[in-house]
Amino acid sequence: MYRYDEYDQTLVDERVRQFRGQVARRLAGELTEDEFKPLRLMNGLYLQLHAYMLRVAIPYGLLSAVQMRKLAHIARRYDRGYGHFTTRQNIQYNWPKLEDTPDILAELASVEMHAIQTSGNSFRNTTTDQYAGVAADEIEDPRVYCEIIRQWSTLHPEFSFLPRKFKIAVTGAPNDRAAVRLHDIGLIMRRGDAGETGFEVIVGGGQGRTPFVGPTIREFLPKKHLLSYLEAIMRVYNQLGRRDNLFKARIKILVHEVGAEKITEMVEEEWRHIKDGALDLPKEEVERIRAHFAPPPYETLAAAQPAFEEKKRADGAFATWADTNVAAHKVPGYAIVNLSLKPVGGIPGDATADQMDAVADLAEHYSFGEIRVTHEQNLVLGDVRRTDLHALWRKLRDIGMATPNLGLISDIIACPGLDYCGLANARSIPVAQRISNRFADLKRQHDIGELKIKISGCINACGHHHVGHIGILGLDRKGEEYYQITLGGSADQDAAIGKIVGPAFSSEAVVDAVETVVNTYVELRQNGERFVDTYRRVGKEPFKERLYAAA
Amino acid sequence: MALQVVTANRIGDGTVVYLTRVGGWSERITDGEVSRSDEERDTLMAVAQATAEIPEVVEPYLIDVVEEAGVIRPVRYREAIRAQGPPVHPAFGQQAEEG
Repeated sequence: MYRYDEYDQTLVDERVRQFRGQVARRLAGELTEDEFKPLRLMNGLYLQLHAYMLRVAIPYGLLSAVQMRKLAHIARRYDRGYGHFTTRQNIQYNWPKLEDTPDILAELASVEMHAIQTSGNSFRNTTTDQYAGVAADEIEDPRVYCEIIRQWSTLHPEFSFLPRKFKIAVTGAPNDRAAVRLHDIGLIMRRGDAGETGFEVIVGGGQGRTPFVGPTIREFLPKKHLLSYLEAIMRVYNQLGRRDNLFKARIKILVHEVGAEKITEMVEEEWRHIKDGALDLPKEEVERIRAHFAPPPYETLAAAQPAFEEKKRADGAFATWADTNVAAHKVPGYAIVNLSLKPVGGIPGDATADQMDAVADLAEHYSFGEIRVTHEQNLVLGDVRRTDLHALWRKLRDIGMATPNLGLISDIIACPGLDYCGLANARSIPVAQRISNRFADLKRQHDIGELKIKISGCINACGHHHVGHIGILGLDRKGEEYYQITLGGSADQDAAIGKIVGPAFSSEAVVDAVETVVNTYVELRQNGERFVDTYRRVGKEPFKERLYAAA
Repeated sequence: MALQVVTANRIGDGTVVYLTRVGGWSERITDGEVSRSDEERDTLMAVAQATAEIPEVVEPYLIDVVEEAGVIRPVRYREAIRAQGPPVHPAFGQQAEEG
């Protein structure tokens, strides 16, 4: 993985010193909250319902075991023994004290981490495929370009006061596991006519109160032009983005109002002035960064692993887990292992300090000391020998991370909601827990098959409800929690925004409503259709009829 | 005139607090000083703003409450959750104290 050079380290260390001074002045009353708020937000420190919240950046979701142990240490020493992994592949702590945050940031800096640009109208953490660099279906490792974007977008002087926050996602594989079409900019690795690699460029996707699947503005961008093209997009946005209206300030609104064709023209015109200039990626620099992502020293193993197959035959529970939570690796004899942070009735994305320490140990023992965070709020060990899978599974079971539910109905994305969040209208986590408990029977979950439920506690859509196969949006209806259900959303290569199925349900009724939707699908499905396939074939009407039949 | 109390977050740790009858801040809403008129409301907010400048608390604001048999409760469930702690973690916040 990428390691800081002296510039990275100096920047982060200087920021810690600067913030330490700012916090001291705030506590001494020399800074008002109005003065201090933008400063703390630049360092990822929010004030939520019950306490401050610190959001720590995990660049493109990649962590070393050493970093994971530091996150555990911070949870234990400065917080309440747990952390919450987010849909931006970051982690947030729910109970830090203001006076402790400079020390927390110093601890993070000691392991090449920080909380810069995890808030505010800036570039946020660039996200990617959690299988980057190891996926069997990948064209090229996108993390090299994520890191290049990270360096370019960190404290970029021209783009430090954007109209609104800005999120970029990159995938190197045709199967989109990073929701790239739902980002301000999405980049998909493609092959050009001569077999060379480059990017399809998507601009103006997003969720929130006005969701859009982003249009492609360039089918193929040679890699060396990446930064100049991104800079051209940012210049157009920086000039024309709606600073007059918070709700219209994201680039998706600009793209929608002006039209993708016109945006493309403007970007290409701007690009004409800056391409082939200082922003061209120098080959040596790309190679220097690429070297950080060189494959680990894999052993030469046979693709067929009889011992692994034998374990599967002998142990049904292990076979179920291996078939559900393990993905294909590009190197023979290796596997990608998903660690579920969605135990039955659990809080999606939460991990205790002890679990984090245990994952760090497992990563060192089984996966070259690296861990990935997924935007669906799980963890991944990317490089596990297939012969080690059984032993790893047993250890994951001991720490509650072996629930075989990846991509199933209980693998839910949920925002913190009104349990924590100052913006929320309704709670999200308890709804996720109740659904998880209702469908606790794993046999039933597997029979239902791939089904993604995503829950947001307000229209800002942090819980990605717009792109849930079943999306749930919390509302405040005359002082009561209500939940609106959408159907047919999708975050992958067939990205789609879900459609509202009908009037919202009370908190009491919403889990029954989800079950009605699921049962309707099970009755209607044909020939191995997934939920979303059936929905696309029959539309929302049959679901609507069943849901509101009694009304 | 709706009954109101002033709430804020304590500067050091963000804990939810309520302005009390004696002018300090308490973690228990039921210790809160209830305003029953525009004048009382303005007085309470003036006291709260003064302590926010020390700074003791962050961003004080008024919430609607009901008072029954000496017990004060928020009207909105958002404020009920703030007063009690996150429902998913019964061990955290005032809900833990009150069992």
